[in-house]
Amino acid sequence: MSAISTKHLISIKDLSTEDIELIFSTADNFKEVINRPIKKVPSLRDITVANIFFENSTRTRLSFELAEKRLSADVVNFSASGSSVSKGETLVDTVKNILAMKVDMVVMRHSSPGACAFLARNIDAKVINAGDGAHEHPTQALLDAFSIREKYGKVAGLKVAIIGDILHSRVALSNIFCLQKLGAEVMVCGPTTLLPHHIASLGVHVSHDVREALAWCDVANILRIQLERQQTRYFPSLREYTLRFGVNRALLEEIGRDITIMHPGPINRGVELDSDVADSGQSIILNQVENGVAIRMAGLYLLAN
Amino acid sequence: MNTTRRLIIPAAQLRITLERLAAQLLERHGDFSNTVLIGLQPRGSLLAARLHQLIQEQSHQTILFGKLDATFYRDDFRRGKEPLIPNSNHIDFSIEGKHVILVDDVLYTGRTVRAGLDALLDFGRPEKVELLVLVERLYTQEIPIHPDYVGRKVNTMPGEKVVVSWSETEGEDNIWIISQ
Repeated sequence: MSAISTKHLISIKDLSTEDIELIFSTADNFKEVINRPIKKVPSLRDITVANIFFENSTRTRLSFELAEKRLSADVVNFSASGSSVSKGETLVDTVKNILAMKVDMVVMRHSSPGACAFLARNIDAKVINAGDGAHEHPTQALLDAFSIREKYGKVAGLKVAIIGDILHSRVALSNIFCLQKLGAEVMVCGPTTLLPHHIASLGVHVSHDVREALAWCDVANILRIQLERQQTRYFPSLREYTLRFGVNRALLEEIGRDITIMHPGPINRGVELDSDVADSGQSIILNQVENGVAIRMAGLYLLAN
Repeated sequence: MNTTRRLIIPAAQLRITLERLAAQLLERHGDFSNTVLIGLQPRGSLLAARLHQLIQEQSHQTILFGKLDATFYRDDFRRGKEPLIPNSNHIDFSIEGKHVILVDDVLYTGRTVRAGLDALLDFGRPEKVELLVLVERLYTQEIPIHPDYVGRKVNTMPGEKVVVSWSETEGEDNIWIISQ
């Protein structure tokens, strides 16, 4: 166990359990670095990273940028709005032009599933997937599992419920793959319209009752209702969703178990998660954000190595 | 490929050398209240732990001891065949204004120590830094780094490697030259 087995970080499916453990142990070291007064190490000082975001992002983009800067890499940012993409340039052309300016690694978010894998086949640079459509978001899954490991000391044997919009969620899919590789049990919970057909074939439990999911799990990862993707109505109203699937203090007290609450952000407060849960001691939402930088530093470091 | 290994310092002699190094540190520092020992990970930490124990036993003082990993500061990242995998840092005290004795087992090119100094300075500004090595390989330094305390000076051929083994990890204390 000394090097990561993949050239790119595109999908959790490509990673072995040893790869994930290596990323975690490296992230432990970087977490120590980012908690020092001088939060920076010179490892990637001769590397240039392009952050190419064809979709909006605050957290992931900031997190990657901070991770790159704390490794002393040079960083260029690109977002599709206001670029030549609107003039009809293809993805490969756009990226090849950026690489012609001597860029070594590409971090990309794109609305099409498979865009990162396609890019990795067509260019020389190393590619990190920062989210490709509803397919995968590997660094989010890694930081989620890392946060669980930090809280419980292990992931194996734990029960994790993923609650909410599973259909549109790349976070859900990457989380399922990652948690299963590490030996956790996974349940998905949401309205029928927001669960993909045949999701049970991935070996997960399926529930349509949030009480059942909360009573079963040790960790509840609550996903955002993606309001921007709701042109098609998947449920009658937000209020009805909140009544049936929203997690609040009263519900948790009724269940009476000490459940750890996670959320990949951004939270729709009062929709899928109430403030009195999100801001409580049960929630590790801000730990997830902190760990995100350490995990991304580990991913960048190990791929560049 | 034929690998031969030659014992250059057996356990009994190594013990005398360690005691001498501990005595030199005690002689130069006396009061260790502002002096800390920091071993370079991974192999220098084992040596630093031994010296730490010896000095504490002889001086009846509690001495601060840390482990420093310089992997992220190395200048051969992406240039070697093997990937560089980091070790952990354990420095649970401030080095600001302290007299730091940086400890490593073998001084070869000096590049690890250079990285160690950079890593150390990211933890604060020590008043003074001294370098202690168990083995100094002669005429092999590539940058101007010279130790303040030396266990043994050893003349080596190109292609040879000096390995210090410890009873904690390898079962016995001694120093070998390995040639290929």
